Amino acid sequence: MLRVLAVAATLLLGGCGYNSLQSSDEQVKAAWSEVLNQYQRRADLIPNLVNTVKGFAAQEQQVLLGVTQARARATSINATPELVNDPAAFQQFVQAQREVTGALSRLLAVAENYPQLKSDQNFRDLQAQLEGTENRIAVARQRYIKAVQDFNTLVRQFPANLTAMMFGYKPKPQFNVEDEKAIAKPPSVDFGTKK
Amino acid sequence: MMLLRPRAAGGLRFFVALALGLIVSLLAWAVDVPPLKARVTDLTGTLNGQQRAALEQTLAEFEARKGAQIAVLMVPTTQPETIDQYAVRVEEAWKLGRKGIDDSALLVIAKDDRKLRIEVGYGFEGVLPDAIAKRIIDNDIVPRFRDGDFYGGVRAGVDRIMRVVEGEKLPPPAAHGPARSRSFNPQWLFALFFFVVIGGSVLRAVFGRFVGSGIVGGVAGLVGWLLIGSLAIGVIAALIGFLLTLFNDNRSWSGGGYGGSSWGGGGFSSGGGFSGGGGGFSGGGGSSGGGGASGSW
Repeated sequence: MLRVLAVAATLLLGGCGYNSLQSSDEQVKAAWSEVLNQYQRRADLIPNLVNTVKGFAAQEQQVLLGVTQARARATSINATPELVNDPAAFQQFVQAQREVTGALSRLLAVAENYPQLKSDQNFRDLQAQLEGTENRIAVARQRYIKAVQDFNTLVRQFPANLTAMMFGYKPKPQFNVEDEKAIAKPPSVDFGTKK
Repeated sequence: MMLLRPRAAGGLRFFVALALGLIVSLLAWAVDVPPLKARVTDLTGTLNGQQRAALEQTLAEFEARKGAQIAVLMVPTTQPETIDQYAVRVEEAWKLGRKGIDDSALLVIAKDDRKLRIEVGYGFEGVLPDAIAKRIIDNDIVPRFRDGDFYGGVRAGVDRIMRVVEGEKLPPPAAHGPARSRSFNPQWLFALFFFVVIGGSVLRAVFGRFVGSGIVGGVAGLVGWLLIGSLAIGVIAALIGFLLTLFNDNRSWSGGGYGGSSWGGGGFSSGGGFSGGGGGFSGGGGSSGGGGASGSW
């Protein structure tokens, strides 16, 4: 009798999307881990980059400090895989990373003014690594967006929505269009004319 | 009502609409990834047949020696995508590198955009980090492209990539090309278990206790052997099947009525994952997280 129940439960759960929910949830987690991984990779590059720039352009205090502070704020957030289940913390994390992106692009824009820095092989290598990492972040975000899309569609569809409700699965937060715009936007140069 | 909305909300709506429109148009206009037919694909007609054949031969020899795959793609343009985005799509579609190892490098050149990129598979990220890829682009390829020497640039870039990669140990190449790997699918184990429990009871009811157990054991052993490819595991599976059926005293299963049920109708399929390859060149990898470097001339 017990065995019949077990078999029936397996078949029923299979039919109501429980298994798809599980695998889709795992996929979101994996995609999100990759996003975190690449942001961490970027954070690891920053101290070296800041030091290299400092060697040639120490007078750019403010820009250098901006990068260091933005990095400190971003890394102070405890970025765990569980972040995908907490929309508020997720947004906070995304916002902090966006500030790092902005600070970094200001730093690279400033670096353009220092020919010696630009021709330094160490700086060029770091720049290549940073570009590669930004591209990896873009790819990882894109894959996360796809995974969440699949998951959220599944969670809202019948009959998986009932199973999701029963087991407490909620739609996961997504990178929104504004983020994408901010990231695609070139760094703005402020000539102090505004305000 | 719409006109009375605050301006900020209207602006937001406008931008969302604009962004959506942009995405739709991007999808509509994205450049197609050509089918993978050869290691060197030139859609711009820049390289002549002899040059293509020479590159092809070098890369084929390299793959035979190291197992890793390097491919070259020349397209007129990747607009409106960036070359980075396009390269990732090509890598995903072509599945370069060996399955599970992802040892591949892809040199993409967008001739009219004057842009190029070395896309690096996961398996090559250690040996060909971004900074090295960037140096290859800047020092070996771009100077020749500036002089209009496209064959020379591609040649120099590919040679440099190969020399860099030669420095690292990779798993030895397979005997003859990338064979379809016999991947073990855990679902089979589940199916086998069901067969032993349910089929076993039925067979025992029909053939008697000892003969039925013998049949189950034999089938389980054969299936285990064929699936996992190890005789020892087959023997163990046979023994387990035989003993389970022999000492399975739950009579409720042999009450009849199972003859017509379709336990074998499950959808068990194993994904091979090899695609492309009209001309005998195909990969099984294709995992790239966007590593590599881009440049322009």
